Amino acid sequence: MMYVFNRNGVCLLYKEWNRPLHTLNPQQDHKLMFGLLFSLKSLTAKMDPVNADKGNLGVPQLPGQGCSFHSFRTNTYKLSFMETPSGIKIILVTHPKTGDLREALKYIYSLYVEYVVKNPIYSPGSPIKSELFNTALDQYVRSIS
Amino acid sequence: MAPVGPPRSGDAIFSSIDRVNAELFTLTYGAIVRQLLTDLEEVEEVNKQLDQMGYNIGIRLIDEFLAKSGVSRCVDFRETAEMIAKVGFKMFLGVTASVTSWDADGTCCSIVLEDNPLVDFVELPDTCQGLYYCNVLSGVIRGALEMVSMKTEVTWTRDVLRGDDAYELQVKLLKQVAEEYPYKDDE
Repeated sequence: MMYVFNRNGVCLLYKEWNRPLHTLNPQQDHKLMFGLLFSLKSLTAKMDPVNADKGNLGVPQLPGQGCSFHSFRTNTYKLSFMETPSGIKIILVTHPKTGDLREALKYIYSLYVEYVVKNPIYSPGSPIKSELFNTALDQYVRSIS
Repeated sequence: MAPVGPPRSGDAIFSSIDRVNAELFTLTYGAIVRQLLTDLEEVEEVNKQLDQMGYNIGIRLIDEFLAKSGVSRCVDFRETAEMIAKVGFKMFLGVTASVTSWDADGTCCSIVLEDNPLVDFVELPDTCQGLYYCNVLSGVIRGALEMVSMKTEVTWTRDVLRGDDAYELQVKLLKQVAEEYPYKDDE
């Protein structure tokens, strides 16, 4: 499954291809996911043994401050994450044995630019309804899975 | 994966993306300004409207810029300004600009355009002397930077159409906005 969030925690897009179990209603689910990433990002930056520029735990970071993580893996799934400087977050949840998806996330971002951002009818910050984007995305995801 | 440094110029990207005919572009922009002048009558209002239009373009353009240039983040505002001048302008307008006149604490600088494709064929008539013909550009920069959390103020300081020798935009960094948790606890 896949999520796209913007900076304000609005879920622009949620799609699932294979998700056997739903435990929460969609709204709670999105909020939880966004919250997880937000906290995890702050945590990973805090634990960074290399970089001194980390700020305090829980204190909002300036964008780009601190390091950033790109995936984590549990025994049942893998979560891949990409955040652009403009605050767009793209998340893919996949089988735990999936390889590095950073290139795939970049490609999805370029699809987002082509089909969503350049669509004059789309108003920034609202959920994505573009058929064309959906089709292109679906095709791409199926081609890599 | 070998780390790829940020591009130093937008040449490669410029040559790889679809472009429209420069004259068509210039004339289209001219037509927009013309129409705004007819509709709004006040030159001040036109300036405002152009800036707003630019802003709306900028908040979208930033994503295209980031996706195509592969730039991840700039360490400071100096690098940001260089990036706009060398990569941004090249990518979208096909010209490069230079960055000058830094102030002491690195928050204010000028972007100087020698060549500006928007103004080919343009002369300001006497009735429009207060018009910032290219005000759309300042709006674009303001909008784009706002999306990467920098509040800026962009003003024209020199304009060839007003008798100066170059186009100069002053970009001033007002503040950087911190990332915030957008939900309230009780939501």
